[in-house]
Amino acid sequence: MIKDFERFAPKTLKEALVLLAKYGDDCKVICGGQSLLILMRQGLVSPKYIVDIKGISELSYIKDGKDGVKIGATTTHRAIEKSPVIKKKYPVLAEMETRLASIQTRNWGTIGGNVCHGDPAGDPVPVLMALNATLTVAGAKGTRSMPVDKFCLDYFEVDLRDGELLTEITIPAPLPRTGTVYTKFNVIESDLATVSVAASVTLGAGDGVCQDVRIALGAVAPTAIRARKAEKVLKGKKITDALLKEAGEVAATETEPISDIYASEEYRLELVKVLVPRMTKEALARAKKA
Amino acid sequence: MKKELKLKVNGQPYELFVKPKTLLVEVLRDLVGLTGTKRGCSSSSCGACTVMLNGMSVKSCSVLALQANGAEVVTVEGLAKGNELSPLQRAFLDHGSYQCGFCTPGMLMSTTALLTENPKPTKLEIKEGIDGNICRCTGYNSIVRAVTAVVKGEYKEAK
Ligand SMILES: Cc1cc2nc3c(=O)[nH]c(=O)nc-3n(C[C@H](O)[C@H](O)[C@H](O)COP(=O)(O)OP(=O)(O)OC[C@H]3O[C@@H](n4cnc5c(N)ncnc54)[C@H](O)[C@@H]3O)c2cc1C
Ligand code: FES
Ligand code: FES
Repeated sequence: MIKDFERFAPKTLKEALVLLAKYGDDCKVICGGQSLLILMRQGLVSPKYIVDIKGISELSYIKDGKDGVKIGATTTHRAIEKSPVIKKKYPVLAEMETRLASIQTRNWGTIGGNVCHGDPAGDPVPVLMALNATLTVAGAKGTRSMPVDKFCLDYFEVDLRDGELLTEITIPAPLPRTGTVYTKFNVIESDLATVSVAASVTLGAGDGVCQDVRIALGAVAPTAIRARKAEKVLKGKKITDALLKEAGEVAATETEPISDIYASEEYRLELVKVLVPRMTKEALARAKKA
Repeated sequence: MKKELKLKVNGQPYELFVKPKTLLVEVLRDLVGLTGTKRGCSSSSCGACTVMLNGMSVKSCSVLALQANGAEVVTVEGLAKGNELSPLQRAFLDHGSYQCGFCTPGMLMSTTALLTENPKPTKLEIKEGIDGNICRCTGYNSIVRAVTAVVKGEYKEAK
């Protein structure tokens, strides 16, 4: 049973920030409620006040520019999945969204809510890490920006301080000769990831050398993580199958997976060793075509 | 403290007073009295509670009713025109696309939303369209066959 609460439905970001500053720890933000309502139903979260930001239309947008794309926090998963500009310029984001939950959940749930929920098995965060995204949060005292990996602190814990809201996700325009891919391993198609891997490879002009690479893993640590040591194995080199295999093995050492009903720790480690080379190779193939 | 909720359900306007924690499915079943929308899991998993909210399918067990303020909701009761069932409803009947029938309202709403958005889905797209709906009886194939028949134009829209 959900406990009673008082609800405020601000129409602007400014109004929302005033309410959040006023009610402090007694209040919780809700957007689509696709994650929060489950926690409230289980009695894990019972806020006295709720600030409902679903109706803040100024935070729902996809703005494409020369430097990249800006996505407002209350943009739904479905809007991202269907956006022509996302499909064309950041196809990995649309591909990720089509595998996130079901259409009904994507129609109401938002990317901001997903990122702020801090689930290490969530799909968007590894992809945003691979795309080198930056998050902007706003509070009564002003705004801050940070890379997405700095935002994720622990299991279901993100770097939102007193009364702050996530407002925007900025994804830089991809460099030339860059390919980015994502996959998750799961048993039922619309389930959360057992292990997920996002990889982005940028090749140098003409020489086929890996100029830059980002590998991000989901569901193998308290937060989604960058596999930075694995990236070092590949950066500055011509990528070969042997190097990819090594990167997979190094990536596995960077994780701290748990055993749960979906998979054992050992199985997750094996998945990392298999999926990191496979996805990085796919990213490489995309980079060659880009 | 109850708050005012104005919404349209199947074209009919309602003015209700609900607690902030009230869910859309509770408004539809308990206040509006339309019990076609089912409550299976209450945890966003089964899809039996699927309705259309401003043209989009949502799981009504997972939407705060007050978030639907000012919205247009369509439930399974809103699919027929008078006594004439919708093409999907007739196709479901002909293809035996239900056994116990508990998932049927949700299946109909998901597939109606699918065809509104994409009148010519492929078989894979039909399957993706009912990805959020669980059926414990039919094995899904009869549902996919019914939708395919509608896509092929075998069922005309009621006048
Ligand atoms: C059946 C089911 C399957 C799912 N499968 C997947 C899946 O496969 N992959 C996946 O990644 N996710 C999955 N999810 C999770 C879910 O889709 C997302 O986490 C959801 O979209 C969150 O968005 P929301 O707007 O509903 O957030 P809410 O539930 O409203 O909020 C989630 C959290 O974020 C906070 N919050 C929301 N917006 C902001 C903001 N702008 N600023 C600060 N804090 C904020 C809230 O306080 C809350 O703590 C699934 C969910 C369900 C119910
Ligand atoms: S009752 Fe809503 S999804 Fe099951
Ligand atoms: S017909 Fe029984 S659950 Fe689908």
